[in-house]
Amino acid sequence: MPEAQQPAAVEAAVQPVLRLSGVTKRFGALTANNAISLDLQGGEILALLGENGAGKTTLMSILFGHYVADDGEIAAFGAPLPAGSPKAAIAAGIGMVHQHFTLGENLSVLDNIVLGTEPLWALGQNSGNAKQKVNELAGRFGLDIDPQRLIRDLSVGERQRVEILKALYRGARILILDEPTAVLTPQEVESFFATLKAMVADGLSIIFISHKLNEVMAIADRVAVLRQGSLVADFPIAEASRESLAEAMVGRAVELPERETQSAGDTVLNLQDVSLRDSAGKTLLDNVSLTLKAGEVLGIAGVSGNGQGPLADLLSGLAAPDAGALQVLGDRVTKVSPAAMLNRGIGRVPEDRHATGVIGDFSVEENLVLEVYGDSRFCRFGFLKGAALRRNAETLIEDFDIRGADPQTTTRSLSGGNMQKVILARVLTEKPRVILANQPTRGLDVGAAATVQRLLFAACAEGAGVILISEDLEELLQMSDRVAVLYQGRLSDSMAVEEADLRTLGLMMAGHGPGEVGDAP
Amino acid sequence: MRLEPRSHVPLWLNFAAPLSAIALAFLLCALLIAWAGAPVLAAYGALLNGAFGSVFALSETLTRAAPLIFTGLAAAVAFRAKLWNIGGEGQLYAGALAATYVGTGLVELPPFLMIPFLFLVGALAGGLLLLLPVILKLKLRVDEVVTTLLLNFVVLLFANYLLFGPWKDPLAMGWPQAAPIIDEGVLSPLIARTRLHSGLIWAVFFAVCAWAFIRYSKWGFEIRAVGNNPTAAGFAGIPLGATVLRTALLSGGLAGMAGVCELAGLKGYLTLDLSPGFGYTGIAVAMLAGLHPLGVIASAIFIAAIYNGADAMSRAMSISNYLADVMTATALLLVLASVLFVRYQPRLR
Repeated sequence: MPEAQQPAAVEAAVQPVLRLSGVTKRFGALTANNAISLDLQGGEILALLGENGAGKTTLMSILFGHYVADDGEIAAFGAPLPAGSPKAAIAAGIGMVHQHFTLGENLSVLDNIVLGTEPLWALGQNSGNAKQKVNELAGRFGLDIDPQRLIRDLSVGERQRVEILKALYRGARILILDEPTAVLTPQEVESFFATLKAMVADGLSIIFISHKLNEVMAIADRVAVLRQGSLVADFPIAEASRESLAEAMVGRAVELPERETQSAGDTVLNLQDVSLRDSAGKTLLDNVSLTLKAGEVLGIAGVSGNGQGPLADLLSGLAAPDAGALQVLGDRVTKVSPAAMLNRGIGRVPEDRHATGVIGDFSVEENLVLEVYGDSRFCRFGFLKGAALRRNAETLIEDFDIRGADPQTTTRSLSGGNMQKVILARVLTEKPRVILANQPTRGLDVGAAATVQRLLFAACAEGAGVILISEDLEELLQMSDRVAVLYQGRLSDSMAVEEADLRTLGLMMAGHGPGEVGDAP
Repeated sequence: MRLEPRSHVPLWLNFAAPLSAIALAFLLCALLIAWAGAPVLAAYGALLNGAFGSVFALSETLTRAAPLIFTGLAAAVAFRAKLWNIGGEGQLYAGALAATYVGTGLVELPPFLMIPFLFLVGALAGGLLLLLPVILKLKLRVDEVVTTLLLNFVVLLFANYLLFGPWKDPLAMGWPQAAPIIDEGVLSPLIARTRLHSGLIWAVFFAVCAWAFIRYSKWGFEIRAVGNNPTAAGFAGIPLGATVLRTALLSGGLAGMAGVCELAGLKGYLTLDLSPGFGYTGIAVAMLAGLHPLGVIASAIFIAAIYNGADAMSRAMSISNYLADVMTATALLLVLASVLFVRYQPRLR
C-alpha cells in the first residue's frame, strides 16, 4: 500500500486538490470577495490571513456551500464543486471547523461525530465500528478524547478536537479551520499544531484562517493574504516576514510601536498581601503583592482563569479585598467601588468591550462621558449639557481617530477596534495615574492593536503606570518593562522583561517557580 | 435576508415602522371581522366613527386616554430601567386612596394649589408602594414581576375594606363609595356636556416632563444606562441601587397620578370600579410606544380609540367587542416586530 500511495501523492502535488478561480461575492454595494483565484496543494497548510472583514470567512463559506458565489468556479480534486451545497462539499472531501462550534451539549462525543452520517432507521447500530474508527483517527492524529464523554463536560480545546474528528470521520481530505487558535491556551496551541503536522504528513490539506502573524509564521507552508475582499499576496512562508505580512494585511507599513525606556517615577499603586475570596469562600487571589511606578508597564501573564479576572475586578473597584492593603498614590483605599477607583485616578480598560466597556445602544457621545457625566463640565442642575457632550465627542473622535463614528452614532455599530478606541479615549482623556488594561488588544487586527499599544505607551510617557493583563505572551514581552505571572491566584515576583523569555514564562504559567525554571530540562 | 445594525436610525422610520405595523394589524383583523359575518369596510367605518366621529366620541376617547397616558408612562419609565413593574393597577388605587384621604376635607387649599397637591400626594403613595417590592428585589433578589403583580390585589382588597367599612360615605345610599373630593380639588371639564376633563392636559404635561427627564437629565441618563447594560453601567460607576429606587419612585408616582386623574376628573369620589384595568393596559400602551414617553401619548389615544370604537362597532354590526382586545394585541405584536426593522437594516443577500 505505501508504494501505491507514493505516485498519487506526487500527482496531488502537481494538480491542486482545490482550485478557486475568479470567485466573486457581493453583498449590496460591498464586494466581499473580488475575483479570487487560489490553489491549495495536497499535503500543505495554507494560511489565509486578513484583518477582520477582509473576506476570509465569506470565501470559506462559499467553499463550503453556505453562500453561492456571484461569479467564479471551484474545483476539488479536479472535479467542479456544485455551488451552494454543504452536502456536496462534504462528499468532495471538504471539512470545516467553524469558529463557533456546532456540537450538541448533552450528547456524547461519539454521538456528535456520528450524527447525520447514519440512516435514521439504523441509529446506533453501527456504533461499535464507529467507535473503533473514531479511536483510530484520534490515535493517528493525536486527538486524544474519550468517545463516551458528554460534550458539556469538555474544555474548549477538547471540543475543538471533536469538531476536527467530526470532519475527519466524514472522510475530509481538505480541512478548513476558521480561527482555530482563538479559543486555545498557549499550551493547547502547541499540541494543536502537532496535530496539524500529523494530518498533513498523512496527506491531508489544510486551510488555516487567522489574523495572528506569529502562528501563521510558525505553522503554514504558504500564506495567502486577503485585503478588502481581494487577494493581495500569495507566497511560500519562507519568503514572508512578520513585517511584510502585516503590511500586506493593512495595505501600508505598520510600525509596531516601540517605546524608549524611561526611568520609573514614584509608586502609583501598591498591593500588599491582598487576598480575595468568592462568596463560597474559595480563594481567588492569594497574598498578592505588587508595586507599580509611574511611567512603567507591568505585565501580568498567566493561563486564563488563574486570577486575572479577580485582580482586574479588584483594581476596577468591583471587588473589595478580604485581606491586605491596596494603596493608590500612597493613600490606602478603604472604601472600594468603581466610582471610588475612578476618583482616585485609576483608568480601567475592561476585558469585554461589549459586555462591560460600553453601552451598545448609547451614542458615542454618551459612552464617552459614561464615567464623568456627573461632572460639572457635562452636567448642570441635574441636566446634561448636550452641547458639551457633543464638543467632547467631536474632540475625542478626532484625537483618537475613531473611524466611522460621529457623536450620534450608535456605539454597537462600531467595529471592535473603534469601540476599543472609544473606551481608551474615555479613560485616557481623564489623565489617569494608574491604567488597568485587561486584554486590551484581544480580537483586534494588527493595525488596531498597534494603535491601542501606541496610546497606552503615550499615557505611560505622560506619567501613568500601566497594569497590562494579557494572555498573549508576545504582546506582554513586547510592551512590558516588568512581567509577573499569576498562577492559581498567586502572583510571582516581577522580573525585568530582559530577563524573561517565552520558555521561562510558559513554565511559570504552568506552576513552576522561577527558581525551578533554571533546573528544568 | 440578513439584518445589519443601523448606525443611525432615520427619524421617519421611527414613525413609519409602527404605523405600517398598525395598518397591517387592521388588515389581519379584517379577516376576523369578515369571519364574524360583518362587512369589513362598514365595520371599520363604525369603529372610526365611534372613536373620532363626533365631538362626543372624540371626548370619550380622550377621556379614556388620559389615565392610560399616566399608566403608560409608569410602565415606560420602569421598563427603560428593566424594572418590571406590573403593579400599575395597585399603584393607581394607592394614588386614588391617598388623594381621597387628604382630598375629602382633611386639607383645604385654593384650586390652583389643591390640584397639584392631590397629584403630589397620589404620586407619593404610588411611588412608596412600588418601593416595597423594589427594596425586596435589591436586598433579597425577589422577582419584582411577582411581587408587584400580587400587590395589586392587596391594594384592591384594602380599598374594598375601606369602602365597605370606615370610608363608606353615609350619604351614598348604601353604595360602597367614599365621600366626594372637595370642589377645589375637582379637575375642571374641558368641553361642556362631555366627560373630558383637564386631567388630559396634566397627562400630556407629565409625558413631556418624563420625556425631557429621561432624555436630558443626569438621572434619566442613569436609568437608560442601567436598563441597557447594567454591567457596563456598574463598571462605569453608576449607582445601580439608587437608580432603581429613583426609577421606582418615578414609575409608581406616575401610576399613582393616574388614580388621581380618574378620581378628581370623572366621578369625584372613590369607587371600586375606578379603573377597568388601566394599570395593566398601561403596559401595552408603553410597549406599543416603544417605551418612548411622547409615543405614549399617541399610543394611549390609539388604544383608547380602539376600545371606544369597538364598542360602537359591536353595537352597529352586532359583532363581539372582544375584537378590540384582539386588535390591540395584534397591533402590539406587529409593532414589536417592526422594532426589528428600526434597529436593523434588512439586506437581501
